[in-house]
Amino acid sequence: MTAEPLLSVQGLEKHFPVTKGLLQRQVGAVKAVDGVSFDVFKGETLGLVGESGCGKTTTGRLITRLIEPTGGKVVFDGHDITHMSQGRIRPLRREMQMIFQDPYSSLNPRHTVGAIVGAPFKIQGVQTEHGIKKAVQDILALVGLNPEHYNRYPHEFSGGQRQRIGIARTLALKPKLIIADEPVSALDVSIQAQVVNLLEDLQSELDLTYVVIAHDLSVVRHISDRVAVMYLGKLVELADRKALYETPMHPYTNALLSAVPIPDPKRRQGRERIRLQGDVPSPLNPPPACRFHTRCWKAQEICKVEEPPLLQLAPGHQVACHFPENAPAAGGTAEGTTEAAAPAQT
Amino acid sequence: MSDNFLDVKNLKVHFPTDDGLVKSVDGLSFALDRGKTLGIVGESGSGKSVTSLSVLGLHKGGRAKISGEIWLDGEELVSATPEHVRRLRGKKMAMIFQDPLSAMHPYFTVGAQIIEAYRIHNKVTKKVARKHAADLLGRVGIPQPDRRVDSYPHEFSGGMRQRAMIAMALSCDPELLIADEPTTALDVTVQAQILDLMRDLQRDFNAALIIITHDLGVVAELSDDILVMYGGKAIEYGSAEDIFERPEHPYTWGLLGSMPRLDREPTERLLPIKGSPPSLINVPAGCAFHPRCAFEGRTGGKAGTEVPELAETEGGHLVRCHLPREERRAIWANEIKPNLESA
Ligand SMILES: Nc1ncnc2c1ncn2[C@@H]1O[C@H](COP(=O)(O)OP(=O)(O)OP(=O)(O)O)[C@@H](O)[C@H]1O
Ligand SMILES: Nc1ncnc2c1ncn2[C@@H]1O[C@H](COP(=O)(O)OP(=O)(O)O)[C@@H](O)[C@H]1O
Ligand code: SF4
Ligand code: SF4
Ligand SMILES: [Mg+2]
Ligand SMILES: [Mg+2]
Repeated sequence: MTAEPLLSVQGLEKHFPVTKGLLQRQVGAVKAVDGVSFDVFKGETLGLVGESGCGKTTTGRLITRLIEPTGGKVVFDGHDITHMSQGRIRPLRREMQMIFQDPYSSLNPRHTVGAIVGAPFKIQGVQTEHGIKKAVQDILALVGLNPEHYNRYPHEFSGGQRQRIGIARTLALKPKLIIADEPVSALDVSIQAQVVNLLEDLQSELDLTYVVIAHDLSVVRHISDRVAVMYLGKLVELADRKALYETPMHPYTNALLSAVPIPDPKRRQGRERIRLQGDVPSPLNPPPACRFHTRCWKAQEICKVEEPPLLQLAPGHQVACHFPENAPAAGGTAEGTTEAAAPAQT
Repeated sequence: MSDNFLDVKNLKVHFPTDDGLVKSVDGLSFALDRGKTLGIVGESGSGKSVTSLSVLGLHKGGRAKISGEIWLDGEELVSATPEHVRRLRGKKMAMIFQDPLSAMHPYFTVGAQIIEAYRIHNKVTKKVARKHAADLLGRVGIPQPDRRVDSYPHEFSGGMRQRAMIAMALSCDPELLIADEPTTALDVTVQAQILDLMRDLQRDFNAALIIITHDLGVVAELSDDILVMYGGKAIEYGSAEDIFERPEHPYTWGLLGSMPRLDREPTERLLPIKGSPPSLINVPAGCAFHPRCAFEGRTGGKAGTEVPELAETEGGHLVRCHLPREERRAIWANEIKPNLESA
């Protein structure tokens, strides 16, 4: 890994206003993303996991500037794009693409595959040597679709094929960074594996960098080099794959891993599972200080009043917890944190 | 007649449509006893939900053409009147759906819905029924059940709604409980809670449980027996150990190879199945799986023309494949299993 990250996210925030009444008076805010920091290095895959509503998709949309942050900074390939105008951001957009979860709704049903995959070339005014058609057909072949199907419509394809079309459209611009938001979760198991393998092949062939957003912890382990865990708008743990899955430090990460059903009937007896109480609280009114304290079995008084900062407790392993599991004996050094340990008032 | 509590024999559910006949379920047989759990797995469109709705009699009177036999506690249901099956539903058998919102009425409180379901089958006062509803909500882990009986479904979180639906299904002590993708819409920590709950309840109520899912992890957690469906048919059927430790069908191998697992060292590559699941209007001739099967060439051309029988391989373990048993076992041991274990 090179020292310079391709993408650097610093203290990223998105607070959606919550309004009420005819006058749209603001009565609160959904802190969908609330001070998230991480780097993504060239050629790696960063997995982003967490339960529904924790802010994964919002993070992806902030990075690709589909929405504008209310705080923090996004630096892509050396450019601060946080508040860049749409005009200036356009050439960078090409290099930073998002793949969406739903292969059904993300493709225009009235456009042919040729038009869908070719559109990015036209919009960006890209002139290709052999014309757009040839370029599109090359990409269709690359993602495992039949180039002859250039004139077909999305409904003529299966879910997995549609996801390939979405990937082909993304690749059309030769991006450097791809943010894939739940790229396989709408697909059948056997098709998921095809798309996961395709993403891996394309990465090595085209030298791509990935941020893969997913709630399936097994898929994330398979595909990622490093993994970040989010809870209610916060990053609670970030580590390389092996450390995160073998020696998880945050209690929430431990609970998540322990909840995954194991496809081995022999193991169901005697397996100790961490049972979390209740559901994820609403991000409209998240618990103060450590947001996990309402469900955490290790919570102490301090967890309710003082927000634990994200600290590096082992090389490359950052955790935000007052009482981490599997932590090395020595105390940590504050690094990669962007946030003061002030209690969050809501 | 049948000795098992539930015995489904050669069930066929076909839908005539403008595009042709959809053979959603095409000759399915399985059996289940009280206190036992059957897992039905398969990809989308393989006929899982149609199977469960048919057992509950919910396709009766519609345009579905249903044949075969469904024996429940000594009674045959395919030939029974819709009214009779309706009376059994709720009392003797109940269903838990993937999406609790669609199964609950938004304008009535959760309690009112449980009370109504209970009073259809039990002549009790409202007060007694209300107490019963609160008890059930407590039983499925809803905090402050005496207060929460008066909540509306939208006031519950996703996990609580799923619990409330389970409470509703349990209201009349059903002896057969069918859960169709009961945790698919839930987060993993809540899924774990619901799976624990279903396991506990099944033990306490001694019901027969059918759990339908595409998630092999979920079936492995709960099932005694597992039925793997493909294209409206069972392609493999056996104990959970048969299916996970000595699977003999190429499709089952494919499912296992497609799935990354947390309980093993990460593998370098997933081993997917090529192609995609068939449309049930146009199920491939012969073995329905043959266009996707890596071993199709080893069955001497039979796979494309002859439908293989679902035949016993050993001790109640059934497999639908033309490959000889010894060859299947050799392929599993030498070509498949080693690749699943590690890089
Ligand atoms: N435009 C918006 N206005 C208000 N709130 C929003 C908006 N977009 C997202 N949110 C809220 O922000 C939070 C985070 O949403 P986000 O879509 O990022 O979650 P996610 O982690 O991707 O969840 P999932 O796993 O369900 O996709 C949620 O509470 C969501 O309801
Ligand atoms: N009422 C219906 N009319 C026509 N076809 C149907 C009907 N219900 C289900 N099907 C078809 O039957 C097949 C099996 O469906 P289903 O049992 O829902 O699959 P799954 O295994 O995903 O639960 C599908 O091809 C579906 O389109
Ligand atoms: S800070 Fe406290 S409440 Fe939060 S995760 Fe750590 S131990 Fe649990
Ligand atoms: S019958 Fe032939 S095509 Fe079908 S699963 Fe067996 S080997 Fe594969
Ligand atoms: Mg999302
Ligand atoms: Mg279904």
